Amino acid sequence: MNAPVKNPRAPVEAGTWSAVRPDFPTLDQQVNGHPLVYFDSAATSQKPLPVLQALDHYYRCDNANVHRGIHELSNRATHAFEGARRRAAEFLRAGRPEEIVFTRGTTESINLVANTWGAANLKPGDRILLTEMEHHSNLVPWQLIAQRTGATLSFIPVTGDDGLLDLSRFDELLDNHVRLFACTHVSNTLGTVNPVAGLFARARRKGIVTLLDAAQSAGHLPLDVQELGCDFLACSGHKMCGPTGIGLLYGRQELLEAMPPWQGGGEMISSVDYHESRWNTPPHKFEAGTPDIAGAVGLHAAMDYLDGLGRDRIFAHDQELAAYAFERLKSLSGVRLFGPNAGRSGVVSFLLDDVHAHDLVTVADQYGVALRGGHHCNQPLMRKLGVASTARASFYFYNTRTEVDRLIEVLSEIRRFFSA
Amino acid sequence: MFDDLTDLYQQVILDHSRSPRNFHPLHPVDRQAEGTNPLCGDQITLHLQMDGDRIKDVGFQGSGCAISKASASIMTEVLKGRTPAEVRRLFDRVHEMVTTGRQDGEDLGKLAVFTGVHKFPARVKCAMLPWHAAVAALEGNTKPVTTE
Ligand SMILES: Cc1ncc(COP(=O)(O)O)c(C=O)c1O
Repeated sequence: MNAPVKNPRAPVEAGTWSAVRPDFPTLDQQVNGHPLVYFDSAATSQKPLPVLQALDHYYRCDNANVHRGIHELSNRATHAFEGARRRAAEFLRAGRPEEIVFTRGTTESINLVANTWGAANLKPGDRILLTEMEHHSNLVPWQLIAQRTGATLSFIPVTGDDGLLDLSRFDELLDNHVRLFACTHVSNTLGTVNPVAGLFARARRKGIVTLLDAAQSAGHLPLDVQELGCDFLACSGHKMCGPTGIGLLYGRQELLEAMPPWQGGGEMISSVDYHESRWNTPPHKFEAGTPDIAGAVGLHAAMDYLDGLGRDRIFAHDQELAAYAFERLKSLSGVRLFGPNAGRSGVVSFLLDDVHAHDLVTVADQYGVALRGGHHCNQPLMRKLGVASTARASFYFYNTRTEVDRLIEVLSEIRRFFSA
Repeated sequence: MFDDLTDLYQQVILDHSRSPRNFHPLHPVDRQAEGTNPLCGDQITLHLQMDGDRIKDVGFQGSGCAISKASASIMTEVLKGRTPAEVRRLFDRVHEMVTTGRQDGEDLGKLAVFTGVHKFPARVKCAMLPWHAAVAALEGNTKPVTTE
């Protein structure tokens, strides 16, 4: 069986991004009588045809279980699965494929680290350093493991509406009790791109283990775990053009080797007796049971697709659209904007005076504009900013300035509607 | 095309959301409950004063969208003089109306302005949040209730 055609696309030149639109069938539809404007890619991205074709091809031609059979289809499935792992290692510039564990997504990757590395290494009096802008999935797993081990949490503060980390006391926060520093690369609410490489370098000089939540960055900008200096990195396939149900955990080899397993079952053992078992080596030690093989195949196609476009170009486009949206929103009266003025990623959170985010999003949907309204899994941050929720527009390479103009038009309609 | 929207956000609803009635705490409080919608962070605290088995006065505080605020405001007006059994029956009727658009049996009066919610399934929880709090308060449930 021939593998599906690798993404044939040449890198897109600035200003010609609309050329990718035909790759995304979901974008080509009317919603409530209007052309869909999909501004919710931070929640999940749309999927390009090469990813859909890879999934289809896998299930039509190669489907079998991995690592177990010795028949042809099982060989193919294993080859495809391990090929995706090698591709992921390359995608994140990991030293070796064995440093890549397949998970269900960012949330599961972080829970895995908390329940294995955390359970084995944290003790009463130890501290886990986070930031005030973490997504619940990079907060709640640490709360749970802190309760179990007697460790405590501390936080790098957020400055305010401009959404930057206040690093004035960073060295004090990195005290001798801190064992782990976990931080988001890009905030899903504020759009802030945190200067993680510098922070991780300072933490690691003190022997602190570092974890990067790359959920909002992996599909948007080039990542290099060596340069970033993270011991762990977590990301989700579905936010980077891949299928739902598959994600990655990168872990530095020495750490993965020393960590106890998490879930028990098939695949993660080397030998099993009735009373005890020996563990397989990483990454298999952390992949109990039949994995999401098709998901890994789809993610492989997604990574090829993104690199075909160029992640540096994708990020430049995200930033350009966000800056444009930010400027246009600022020019409307009665808009409260969240996140930094400059250097933001493709995420813009805002509020319109007197219009609750929920109402705004409901009305925008009637105009075919898909936004997100709510606390974005950042409840403590919302409380800190003194709001219950915000509306959020998030952009990806398939979005256009014309769509941003449409958003601004619709917001003016919404303002009229609620002040009538 | 926007009939659905104007059905959802009827003038009465916009009016109540801009200037909610009974939007204050009560002293003393005989029954109270807190309701939250974990999806959007909306939160309401409901206070009741009782006269025997009947609700004498109602007040609420909190933050929420136009639908949940108007629902709370109109509910506070409707609850005065009702017994717990009547409130539970109203809860069921309102729930039926906002999920199906149907209003069987007795006239729901002012509450009928929420019929349009049924075309917006994501907003049913907003309309029901204050009602969850009311039932919890009458049942003496002191743990915060959620719409989940
Ligand atoms: C910054 C951040 N971290 C973690 C997550 C959780 O990702 P998932 O739900 O794919 O596990 C998200 C997704 O919303 C996110 O934006």
